[in-house]
Amino acid sequence: MADVAFIGLSVLTVGSAIFALESREIVYGAIALAISMLGIAGFFILLDSPFVAMFQIIVYVGAVAVLVIFIVMLVRTESLFSVDVDRGRRIAGLIFSLLMMVGIGVLLFSSLFSNAEFSPVMEKIVNKIGNEMLTYYSPVFILLGLTLAGSIIGALSLARREDSDHRDQMSPASPQYENLNLDKKNEEQEHA
Amino acid sequence: MTELINYITVSLILVGIGVYGLIVKRNAIRMIFAIEIIANAANLNLVVFSRYLGDIQGQIFALFAIAIAAAEVAVGLAIIIIAYRLYKDIDVSEYKYLRG
Repeated sequence: MADVAFIGLSVLTVGSAIFALESREIVYGAIALAISMLGIAGFFILLDSPFVAMFQIIVYVGAVAVLVIFIVMLVRTESLFSVDVDRGRRIAGLIFSLLMMVGIGVLLFSSLFSNAEFSPVMEKIVNKIGNEMLTYYSPVFILLGLTLAGSIIGALSLARREDSDHRDQMSPASPQYENLNLDKKNEEQEHA
Repeated sequence: MTELINYITVSLILVGIGVYGLIVKRNAIRMIFAIEIIANAANLNLVVFSRYLGDIQGQIFALFAIAIAAAEVAVGLAIIIIAYRLYKDIDVSEYKYLRG
Protein backbone atom coordinates (compact mmCIF):
# COMPACT_ATOMS: atom_id res chain seq x y z
CA MET A 1 0.00 0.00 0.00
CA ALA A 2 2.76 2.40 0.95
CA ASP A 3 4.63 1.38 -2.19
CA VAL A 4 1.70 2.26 -4.44
CA ALA A 5 1.31 5.62 -2.69
CA PHE A 6 5.04 6.27 -2.97
CA ILE A 7 5.17 5.53 -6.70
CA GLY A 8 2.07 7.58 -7.37
CA LEU A 9 3.40 10.54 -5.40
CA SER A 10 6.78 10.32 -7.13
CA VAL A 11 5.18 10.40 -10.58
CA LEU A 12 2.89 13.28 -9.55
CA THR A 13 5.68 15.35 -7.98
CA VAL A 14 8.33 14.85 -10.66
CA GLY A 15 5.88 15.13 -13.55
CA SER A 16 4.33 18.36 -12.34
CA ALA A 17 7.77 19.79 -11.54
CA ILE A 18 8.78 19.18 -15.15
CA PHE A 19 5.48 20.63 -16.38
CA ALA A 20 5.99 23.72 -14.19
CA LEU A 21 9.19 24.50 -16.09
CA GLU A 22 8.15 23.39 -19.58
CA SER A 23 4.49 24.38 -19.88
CA ARG A 24 3.65 26.83 -22.64
CA GLU A 25 1.54 29.15 -20.52
CA ILE A 26 3.17 30.25 -17.29
CA VAL A 27 -0.17 30.25 -15.42
CA TYR A 28 -0.46 26.50 -15.90
CA GLY A 29 3.16 26.27 -14.79
CA ALA A 30 2.29 28.03 -11.52
CA ILE A 31 -0.60 25.62 -10.91
CA ALA A 32 1.67 22.66 -11.69
CA LEU A 33 4.18 24.00 -9.16
CA ALA A 34 1.43 24.06 -6.51
CA ILE A 35 0.57 20.44 -7.36
CA SER A 36 4.23 19.47 -7.07
CA MET A 37 4.34 21.05 -3.61
CA LEU A 38 1.22 19.10 -2.65
CA GLY A 39 3.07 15.95 -3.72
CA ILE A 40 5.95 16.87 -1.42
CA ALA A 41 3.43 17.30 1.41
CA GLY A 42 2.18 13.79 0.61
CA PHE A 43 5.74 12.50 0.98
CA PHE A 44 5.90 14.17 4.39
CA ILE A 45 2.74 12.34 5.44
CA LEU A 46 4.23 9.05 4.17
CA LEU A 47 7.27 9.81 6.33
CA ASP A 48 5.08 10.07 9.49
CA SER A 49 5.66 13.80 9.93
CA PRO A 50 2.14 15.26 9.63
CA PHE A 51 3.01 18.59 11.23
CA VAL A 52 5.58 19.47 8.55
CA ALA A 53 3.10 18.31 5.90
CA MET A 54 0.40 20.65 7.20
CA PHE A 55 2.94 23.49 7.41
CA GLN A 56 3.98 22.78 3.82
CA ILE A 57 0.38 22.88 2.61
CA ILE A 58 -0.40 26.10 4.51
CA VAL A 59 2.74 27.97 3.49
CA TYR A 60 3.48 26.68 0.01
CA VAL A 61 0.13 25.73 -1.47
CA GLY A 62 -1.80 28.32 0.49
CA ALA A 63 0.49 31.36 0.41
CA VAL A 64 3.38 31.00 -2.02
CA ALA A 65 1.45 29.44 -4.90
CA VAL A 66 -1.33 32.04 -4.65
CA LEU A 67 1.27 34.84 -4.55
CA VAL A 68 3.02 33.41 -7.63
CA ILE A 69 -0.26 33.10 -9.53
CA PHE A 70 -1.09 36.71 -8.64
CA ILE A 71 2.27 37.94 -9.94
CA VAL A 72 1.93 35.89 -13.10
CA MET A 73 -1.45 37.45 -13.79
CA LEU A 74 -0.01 40.91 -13.04
CA VAL A 75 3.01 40.78 -15.37
CA ARG A 76 1.34 38.84 -18.14
CA THR A 77 2.83 39.94 -21.46
CA GLU A 78 3.24 38.48 -24.89
CA SER A 79 6.82 37.57 -24.15
CA LEU A 80 5.61 35.10 -21.54
CA PHE A 81 4.13 32.87 -24.20
CA SER A 82 7.08 32.75 -26.58
CA VAL A 83 9.37 29.82 -25.94
CA ASP A 84 12.54 31.08 -27.58
CA VAL A 85 15.23 29.12 -25.78
CA ASP A 86 18.06 28.27 -28.14
CA ARG A 87 18.81 24.60 -28.60
CA GLY A 88 22.42 24.82 -27.51
CA ARG A 89 21.57 26.14 -24.07
CA ARG A 90 18.78 23.58 -23.64
CA ILE A 91 21.07 20.67 -24.51
CA ALA A 92 23.83 22.06 -22.28
CA GLY A 93 21.44 22.36 -19.34
CA LEU A 94 20.09 18.85 -19.93
CA ILE A 95 23.59 17.36 -20.08
CA PHE A 96 24.75 19.26 -17.01
CA SER A 97 21.79 18.28 -14.85
CA LEU A 98 21.93 14.64 -16.02
CA LEU A 99 25.66 14.49 -15.25
CA MET A 100 25.03 15.96 -11.80
CA MET A 101 22.20 13.51 -11.11
CA VAL A 102 24.23 10.51 -12.30
CA GLY A 103 27.30 11.59 -10.35
CA ILE A 104 25.52 12.11 -7.04
CA GLY A 105 23.38 9.02 -7.68
CA VAL A 106 26.44 6.79 -8.18
CA LEU A 107 27.92 8.17 -4.97
CA LEU A 108 24.68 7.58 -3.07
CA PHE A 109 24.08 4.05 -4.35
CA SER A 110 27.62 3.02 -3.52
CA SER A 111 27.35 4.44 0.00
CA LEU A 112 25.94 2.86 3.14
CA PHE A 113 22.62 4.62 2.58
CA SER A 114 21.78 2.28 -0.30
CA ASN A 115 20.31 -0.36 2.02
CA ALA A 116 19.58 1.69 5.12
CA GLU A 117 16.33 1.03 6.97
CA PHE A 118 14.17 3.56 8.75
CA SER A 119 14.18 3.66 12.53
CA PRO A 120 10.90 2.94 14.36
CA VAL A 121 8.13 5.52 14.17
CA MET A 122 8.46 8.43 16.58
CA GLU A 123 5.60 9.19 18.92
CA LYS A 124 4.13 12.54 19.98
CA ILE A 125 5.92 14.39 17.21
CA VAL A 126 3.95 17.62 17.57
CA ASN A 127 4.64 17.72 21.32
CA LYS A 128 8.35 17.29 20.70
CA ILE A 129 8.43 19.96 18.01
CA GLY A 130 6.59 22.41 20.25
CA ASN A 131 8.93 21.72 23.16
CA GLU A 132 12.06 22.19 21.07
CA MET A 133 10.77 25.34 19.39
CA LEU A 134 9.91 27.07 22.65
CA THR A 135 13.01 26.01 24.59
CA TYR A 136 16.18 25.31 22.65
CA TYR A 137 15.15 27.04 19.43
CA SER A 138 13.33 29.99 20.99
CA PRO A 139 15.91 32.63 19.88
CA VAL A 140 15.73 31.22 16.35
CA PHE A 141 11.95 31.33 16.54
CA ILE A 142 12.00 35.04 17.47
CA LEU A 143 14.58 35.82 14.78
CA LEU A 144 12.43 33.97 12.26
CA GLY A 145 9.45 36.14 13.14
CA LEU A 146 11.56 39.30 12.74
CA THR A 147 12.92 38.02 9.41
CA LEU A 148 9.42 37.36 8.09
CA ALA A 149 8.22 40.79 9.20
CA GLY A 150 11.28 42.43 7.64
CA SER A 151 10.84 40.61 4.36
CA ILE A 152 7.15 41.52 4.16
CA ILE A 153 7.92 45.19 4.87
CA GLY A 154 10.80 45.09 2.38
CA ALA A 155 8.64 43.53 -0.32
CA LEU A 156 5.91 46.11 0.27
CA SER A 157 8.30 49.05 0.13
CA LEU A 158 10.06 47.63 -2.94
CA ALA A 159 6.88 47.11 -4.90
CA ARG A 160 5.32 50.43 -3.88
CA ARG A 161 4.61 52.59 -6.89
CA GLU A 162 6.15 56.02 -6.55
CA ASP A 163 3.78 58.87 -7.20
CA SER A 164 4.52 61.37 -9.97
CA ASP A 165 5.99 63.99 -7.63
CA HIS A 166 8.63 61.55 -6.61
CA ARG A 167 9.51 60.75 -10.20
CA ASP A 168 10.51 64.34 -10.90
CA GLN A 169 13.34 64.05 -8.43
CA MET A 170 14.98 61.25 -10.37
CA SER A 171 17.72 62.43 -12.66
CA PRO A 172 16.31 62.34 -16.18
CA ALA A 173 19.76 61.88 -17.72
CA SER A 174 20.40 58.45 -16.31
CA PRO A 175 19.39 55.73 -18.75
CA GLN A 176 17.78 53.62 -16.04
CA TYR A 177 14.81 55.91 -15.90
CA GLU A 178 14.20 56.14 -19.63
CA ASN A 179 11.27 53.82 -19.40
CA LEU A 180 9.85 55.64 -16.42
CA ASN A 181 10.08 58.95 -18.24
CA LEU A 182 8.46 57.40 -21.30
CA ASP A 183 5.73 56.15 -19.01
CA LYS A 184 5.23 59.60 -17.63
CA LYS A 185 5.03 61.16 -21.08
CA ASN A 186 2.47 58.58 -22.11
CA GLU A 187 0.44 59.29 -19.02
CA GLU A 188 0.59 63.01 -19.65
CA GLN A 189 -0.57 62.47 -23.20
CA GLU A 190 -3.40 60.35 -21.97
CA HIS A 191 -4.41 63.02 -19.49
CA ALA A 192 -4.24 65.69 -22.18
CA MET B 1 10.52 -0.85 -0.89
CA THR B 2 9.93 2.57 0.64
CA GLU B 3 13.41 2.85 2.05
CA LEU B 4 15.71 5.78 2.55
CA ILE B 5 17.31 5.51 -0.87
CA ASN B 6 14.01 5.80 -2.75
CA TYR B 7 13.18 9.11 -1.13
CA ILE B 8 16.70 10.41 -1.71
CA THR B 9 16.42 9.41 -5.37
CA VAL B 10 13.20 11.40 -5.78
CA SER B 11 14.88 14.36 -4.09
CA LEU B 12 17.90 14.03 -6.39
CA ILE B 13 15.67 14.00 -9.48
CA LEU B 14 13.90 17.14 -8.25
CA VAL B 15 17.24 18.91 -7.73
CA GLY B 16 18.28 17.89 -11.25
CA ILE B 17 15.07 19.34 -12.69
CA GLY B 18 15.60 22.56 -10.73
CA VAL B 19 19.19 22.96 -11.92
CA TYR B 20 18.07 22.34 -15.50
CA GLY B 21 15.45 25.06 -15.12
CA LEU B 22 17.95 27.51 -13.66
CA ILE B 23 20.37 26.94 -16.53
CA VAL B 24 17.93 26.89 -19.44
CA LYS B 25 15.15 29.30 -18.58
CA ARG B 26 15.58 33.04 -19.09
CA ASN B 27 12.17 33.94 -17.67
CA ALA B 28 12.51 35.38 -14.16
CA ILE B 29 9.34 33.73 -12.85
CA ARG B 30 10.40 30.34 -14.22
CA MET B 31 13.73 30.76 -12.44
CA ILE B 32 11.83 31.35 -9.18
CA PHE B 33 9.91 28.11 -9.92
CA ALA B 34 13.23 26.28 -10.32
CA ILE B 35 14.55 27.70 -7.03
CA GLU B 36 11.34 26.59 -5.29
CA ILE B 37 11.69 23.06 -6.67
CA ILE B 38 15.26 22.86 -5.35
CA ALA B 39 14.16 24.18 -1.93
CA ASN B 40 11.41 21.57 -1.81
CA ALA B 41 13.88 18.80 -2.60
CA ALA B 42 16.11 20.01 0.24
CA ASN B 43 13.15 19.99 2.65
CA LEU B 44 12.26 16.46 1.57
CA ASN B 45 15.83 15.38 2.32
CA LEU B 46 15.71 16.98 5.78
CA VAL B 47 12.49 15.17 6.69
CA VAL B 48 13.70 11.86 5.23
CA PHE B 49 16.86 11.91 7.32
CA SER B 50 14.86 12.98 10.39
CA ARG B 51 12.72 9.86 9.88
CA TYR B 52 15.82 7.72 9.26
CA LEU B 53 17.60 8.85 12.41
CA GLY B 54 14.48 8.91 14.58
CA ASP B 55 15.37 12.47 15.56
CA ILE B 56 13.03 15.46 15.59
CA GLN B 57 15.69 18.06 14.71
CA GLY B 58 15.43 17.51 10.95
CA GLN B 59 11.73 18.32 10.97
CA ILE B 60 12.35 21.53 12.92
CA PHE B 61 15.00 22.51 10.38
CA ALA B 62 12.52 21.80 7.60
CA LEU B 63 9.94 24.05 9.29
CA PHE B 64 12.44 26.93 9.50
CA ALA B 65 13.51 26.35 5.90
CA ILE B 66 9.90 26.50 4.68
CA ALA B 67 9.35 29.82 6.48
CA ILE B 68 12.56 31.32 5.08
CA ALA B 69 11.65 30.15 1.57
CA ALA B 70 8.31 31.94 1.87
CA ALA B 71 10.10 35.19 2.77
CA GLU B 72 12.49 34.69 -0.14
CA VAL B 73 9.64 34.25 -2.61
CA ALA B 74 7.94 37.44 -1.38
CA VAL B 75 11.10 39.55 -1.87
CA GLY B 76 11.98 37.86 -5.18
CA LEU B 77 8.56 38.52 -6.65
CA ALA B 78 8.71 42.15 -5.48
CA ILE B 79 12.06 42.51 -7.31
CA ILE B 80 10.50 40.99 -10.43
CA ILE B 81 7.65 43.52 -10.23
CA ILE B 82 10.12 46.43 -10.10
CA ALA B 83 12.18 45.04 -12.97
CA TYR B 84 9.03 44.51 -14.99
CA ARG B 85 8.02 48.11 -14.32
CA LEU B 86 11.43 49.36 -15.49
CA TYR B 87 11.96 47.11 -18.51
CA LYS B 88 8.43 45.99 -19.44
CA ASP B 89 9.83 42.48 -19.64
CA ILE B 90 10.65 39.62 -17.31
CA ASP B 91 13.34 38.09 -19.50
CA VAL B 92 16.52 38.27 -17.42
CA SER B 93 18.72 38.71 -20.49
CA GLU B 94 16.95 42.06 -21.00
CA TYR B 95 18.05 43.39 -17.63
CA LYS B 96 21.07 45.14 -19.09
CA TYR B 97 21.63 47.72 -16.38
CA LEU B 98 21.94 45.10 -13.70
CA ARG B 99 25.17 43.83 -15.24
CA GLY B 100 27.24 46.68 -13.87
